[in-house]
Amino acid sequence: MSDPITEQVKDHDWIMARAEEFKAMGETEPRLARDPVNQPMINNWVEAIGHQDPRFADGMAPPAMAQVWTMYGLDPTRPAKDPLHGTMQMLDSAGFTSVLGTNCDQVYKRALKVGEQVTITSKLDSVVGPKKTGVGEGYFVTTVNTWRVGDEEVATMLFRVLKFKPAARAPKVDKSKTIRPMRNRDTEFFWEGTKQGEIRISKCNACGELRHPPGPMCPVCHAADRGYVVASGKGTIYSFLTHHAPQLPGKELPLQLGLIELPEGIRMVGELIGEDPAIGDEVDATYEKIDDDTTLVYWRKS
Amino acid sequence: MSGFSNSAAIVGIGATEFSKESGRSELQLSCEATLAALADAGLTPKDVDGLVTFKMDNSSEIALARELGMGDLRFFSRVDYGGGAACGTVQQAAMAVATGVADVVVCYRGFNERSGQRYGQVQSWAATQINSNGLDNAWSYPYGLSTPAATVAMQARRYMHEYGATSRDFGVVAVADRKHAATNPNAFFYGKPITIEDHQSSRLIADPLRLLDCCQESDGAVALVVVSAERAKDLPQTPAYIAAAAQGSAADQFVMTSYYRDDIGVPEMGVVGRELWRQSGLKPDDMAMAVLYDHFTPYVLMQLEELGFCGRGEAPGFIADGAIEIGGKLPINTHGGQLGEAYIHGMNGIAEGVRQVRGASINQVINADHVLVTAGTGVPTSGLVLSREVG
Repeated sequence: MSDPITEQVKDHDWIMARAEEFKAMGETEPRLARDPVNQPMINNWVEAIGHQDPRFADGMAPPAMAQVWTMYGLDPTRPAKDPLHGTMQMLDSAGFTSVLGTNCDQVYKRALKVGEQVTITSKLDSVVGPKKTGVGEGYFVTTVNTWRVGDEEVATMLFRVLKFKPAARAPKVDKSKTIRPMRNRDTEFFWEGTKQGEIRISKCNACGELRHPPGPMCPVCHAADRGYVVASGKGTIYSFLTHHAPQLPGKELPLQLGLIELPEGIRMVGELIGEDPAIGDEVDATYEKIDDDTTLVYWRKS
Repeated sequence: MSGFSNSAAIVGIGATEFSKESGRSELQLSCEATLAALADAGLTPKDVDGLVTFKMDNSSEIALARELGMGDLRFFSRVDYGGGAACGTVQQAAMAVATGVADVVVCYRGFNERSGQRYGQVQSWAATQINSNGLDNAWSYPYGLSTPAATVAMQARRYMHEYGATSRDFGVVAVADRKHAATNPNAFFYGKPITIEDHQSSRLIADPLRLLDCCQESDGAVALVVVSAERAKDLPQTPAYIAAAAQGSAADQFVMTSYYRDDIGVPEMGVVGRELWRQSGLKPDDMAMAVLYDHFTPYVLMQLEELGFCGRGEAPGFIADGAIEIGGKLPINTHGGQLGEAYIHGMNGIAEGVRQVRGASINQVINADHVLVTAGTGVPTSGLVLSREVG
């Protein structure tokens, strides 16, 4: 399918040139509000907002209602050359398809009275970009609306949106940044175990003493002949904390960490999964592979 | 009392300003503090023949000696385990001068701990070092248990569970420290006391620890001059005699993660306490005040128990009602501690102990004949009893 318009290179220069065209058009023709300022609409509005001011029950409209009077109905027919709508379409066609409101500054010259009927005009103030933002690269589009009664300005609004290309969503945490366990010939068996989905507890082959963390020599009988037993994977919370700050490599905050007591008579540190942990809660081991060498044990409330 | 007791004294103290950005190198900070301490002692760099610092210090003894034009050094030593080294450096110096191995030993510690490497952040190097400490950290760091505050939070939660202590109890320590810092012009938090409500509304760092449970991070240096008791008599300052100087490590000891003992806590401070009382022949009741290492408030409560000021689990009651504030039964950290004055790895606390014994503290305690100073907790640690006169 060939479309001569979309094949045009819609680069920064093209965007800024179109923006200049919209700006050069200046203000739109005044568009008359559908209804005059009226008490029933004021009543509905102050009730929704929760205003108690008696002046608004007696013919004065809350100034912050400015935009209400010129709302489009359910079947809007926009002016052909509405600068905001036009600029949005132009940026859409250049690939900046997402929108985020960033500023809305309203200035009220005076309060409106029941019976007055306002008009609205709008013009494009500026297009600024491209800017790199947290949500993606885009252009800030600023328009100015002016409400008048006859020739008298009663309110203005500066409205700014970011029109952006959504950035590829970065993963919430980069697990590859996880600090890897230092290991040697005395501790390697433990990390081999977690890779296979089991917790291996060092066992002295001479006297049977179990221990964690492991080491090369039995502290009880000094034998260096050692093996391991595989833990049941059950435990209870001996203590715990919730880490809020500072940021940790490879972890999402807040992070719950537990000191888990195993029925085999040893304790281990590990991440705790589940809400409202308490000392004494029962937990079960689960495993997460970080990379080919490292699998960590997590603990989930039973 | 041991033969070692009162055979050495601290005769000079010196420090830089305490800040968040010193603007100069760590070696320069240590040089400045050392010069100030020597001037305070009425000595010069040429008199120094021994130097002691922390294993963690980035400025070697020989680098400091070169900068200050020192001559021959007959003794140099470093003490390990982070802030647990503080009083250990004085113990090393005292043993050296008491045995005649050296005559004038300077203990120093200088760092840009706030503007440079911040210990409160994750120290990935600690988990990747190829030694037994690196292997030890494999059991905590990969899971994310990797900041000092978090390692203390694990202990604090268990302590709360065992003894019914609350976050407010921890806050009492912060309030006392900040009250004392508020009147100390050298303290970072000079003129800035806090209330218990400030503590309770400060943000969670490692629940149950809040921001105001955690000490500052600081740039600065402190130096101390140690000579024999005999030599001290000829020097200008009132000597702070070293009535006792002890190190302590307990069974199944780890660095910040001694979680595998039957009863967790800080039994290594109990080792220090028993040794301090044995060496000095003194007891907790004899202490006019105490500088208790306060990187994190819960460990101050646990230290009071391990040192014998109260029974296990009784610290929340012991510290209540202003007991640890100036005028209370055991004022602590009259300089403001590391929460209020600065975090110079416990060395500024030793300097405050010396000032108390001299009668020169900004928050002077009456009849400060004997004072206690402790070093970093959660790690193999150390402590001192300093005395005004040889007992």
